Amino acid sequence: MTALTMAKALNAGLRRALEADPKVVIAGQDVGKLGGVFRVTEGLQKDFGEHRVIDSPLAESGIVGTSIGMALRGYRPVCEIQFDGFVFPAFDQIVTQVAKLHFRSRGMLRMPLVIRIPYGGGIGAVEHHSESPEAYFCHTPGLKVVTCSNPADAYWMIQQAIASDDPIIFLEPKRRYHERAEIDEAGTPPPLHSARVVRGGTDVTLVAYGPMVKTCLDAAEAANEEGHDLEVIDLRTLSPLDIAVVDESVQKTGRVVTVHEAQLNLGLGAELAARISEQCFYSLEAPVLRVAGFDTPYPPSRVEEDYLPDLDRVLDMVDRSLAY
Amino acid sequence: MSDASGASGEIELVQLLTPEGVRLEHPEYSFSGDDDQIKGFYRDMVLTRRVDAEATALQRQGQLGLWASCLGQEAAQVGSGRALGKQDFVFPTYREHGVAWCLGVDPVQLLGLFRGVDLGGWDSQQNRFHLYTIVIGAQTLHATGYAMAVERDGLVGTGDPDRDMAVIGYFGDGASSEGDVNEAFIFASSYNAPIVFFCQNNQWAISEPFERQSRVPLYRRAAGFGFPGVRVDGNDVLAVYAATTVALERARSGSGPSLIEAYTYRMGAHTTSDDPTKYRLADELEHWRLKDPIERVRAYLTRSGSGDEAFFAEVEAEASDYAADLRARCLALPDPHLLDLFDHVYADQTPYLADQKAKYAEYLATFEDTGPEAGGRQAQPADGDQPQPAYGGVH
Repeated sequence: MTALTMAKALNAGLRRALEADPKVVIAGQDVGKLGGVFRVTEGLQKDFGEHRVIDSPLAESGIVGTSIGMALRGYRPVCEIQFDGFVFPAFDQIVTQVAKLHFRSRGMLRMPLVIRIPYGGGIGAVEHHSESPEAYFCHTPGLKVVTCSNPADAYWMIQQAIASDDPIIFLEPKRRYHERAEIDEAGTPPPLHSARVVRGGTDVTLVAYGPMVKTCLDAAEAANEEGHDLEVIDLRTLSPLDIAVVDESVQKTGRVVTVHEAQLNLGLGAELAARISEQCFYSLEAPVLRVAGFDTPYPPSRVEEDYLPDLDRVLDMVDRSLAY
Repeated sequence: MSDASGASGEIELVQLLTPEGVRLEHPEYSFSGDDDQIKGFYRDMVLTRRVDAEATALQRQGQLGLWASCLGQEAAQVGSGRALGKQDFVFPTYREHGVAWCLGVDPVQLLGLFRGVDLGGWDSQQNRFHLYTIVIGAQTLHATGYAMAVERDGLVGTGDPDRDMAVIGYFGDGASSEGDVNEAFIFASSYNAPIVFFCQNNQWAISEPFERQSRVPLYRRAAGFGFPGVRVDGNDVLAVYAATTVALERARSGSGPSLIEAYTYRMGAHTTSDDPTKYRLADELEHWRLKDPIERVRAYLTRSGSGDEAFFAEVEAEASDYAADLRARCLALPDPHLLDLFDHVYADQTPYLADQKAKYAEYLATFEDTGPEAGGRQAQPADGDQPQPAYGGVH
């Protein structure tokens, strides 16, 4: 067992992937000598060389587009997009090319690409450094989308994502990069595309992912003091959703609140609400309720704590659910 | 002193065969092949043009949804396509029918995409010819990344002709304005990738003339990215072949990227949905008709005595037979089944999509007792019981 921060856990996972398969390459801005602006790739270029840990020109579409070409020759590129708000220059390559080449070729071509994106707010950043673009990618057939909420998942999920023959959008909650936890490197991880109940409870189900898992766990602790027993689910995989875990929980609790930083309108919560209502209609004691970012552009950082869902907003929504 | 547009100075154009069919010498480029090879180019170009005409006809008859004609660009495509070595890899746009021909892609598979039975049905790895890319310029980055991988594989600069390989990325004058093309130039230059950027400047991006895309000749842009560029007469198959041969060898040897601007003309519409009479003059078409890429080779072969009427008639007859066969095979292309397509979204199918497919199959099954004549829906066959198309006519 080793105690690592999420950033270090990702680094360790990337290192193992580079060791395990010579076709794994890392590409992105500042990923080499600097080790990335969050130091997730620190030391990797020194140990694996400039041919495998590639400092890219400052061009996101170029990073993803050239990674497609490398994947077509059997490589397994791991692209780093420096911040969430900068993925959009690469959006075309991701949705029109990465997502479709397997389909277009009727399965003859594979796109084993991982696109790592530090995402979400809460770090006092300037504009375009705090966004949650996951719904765009979940809406795109051909992509798979996952996000880690803790160092152990980060360590295993990055390796599983690299081993996947499908393209994976790998979202890293940047405000959790420096949180630390024990990792059992000899352990066996759950499948990549599986959700997990991270806290058992009987009264209300909280469904969260990425940065909001910790927020929901804190909320569950607080609710416990008020006599409410909340179950917390970490989705881990956003596309495909592992909806069975959610269904099972909702059939038990009858009440569910979804929580994400991304804007409310057409966010993951909307899809969850639809799926839950289709499959758990007779178990529901209350409508599916959603806590999310407001439908404004991400605000200036001095008010981001008001914008982002926090413990109080989660508990407020839990109260509303319980009031039905 | 150069003017503000940077367009000063004489614009060079490499030409080895004039529109009248006269061979020229050039200080840097030469064609060292024999007349049999030139007769091969002639055949390739005639067949490419005939396939293209047949496809246009098929579209007019409602058998294709769309066709993007390469009429007038045969020399640019055959000249570059035939210069490729047996390891080299191609990233085309959606108009490289002549290059596809040279790489052995069955033309019926090009038609499949435009007929709407698939999204690109050929085996791109086996043909060394990537699927057509419709998003303008996107493929130049794929080509560059592929070239970066070739370099990592140690297949550049070994001096072994059976190992060393190059990548060629096609694009057009319109695409030269795209960010992706410019990013591809930067990545290729930065990593010294073994790639040839092959631009067919056919003067028109749908309705916009080349002058809207660039104030300087495109080949000169290469200098700003740090690699050589050359403009060749794109309707001169010998010049295109010679320049592409040099550029590919440069790439294979480890000397990095280069840009070829094949100066040509889109004799047809942008696609069958386009009407060029709305934006360009018939005079211009006539001007370029005199520079036809096939006619000049025929004139040369006639003059040199290597091609007689019997040869030209034989190629013509072959083209007609080929087109008739292609038409029949196009009409025989089976429609895909939507149910089958669910299985190719992911390499590792998701339970969600598998469930969606199963529910759709159940839905279709509810119509099994009613045919179209009964006013119901036609149920589709289940997976796998449809014979695969048998592609013949390999050339």
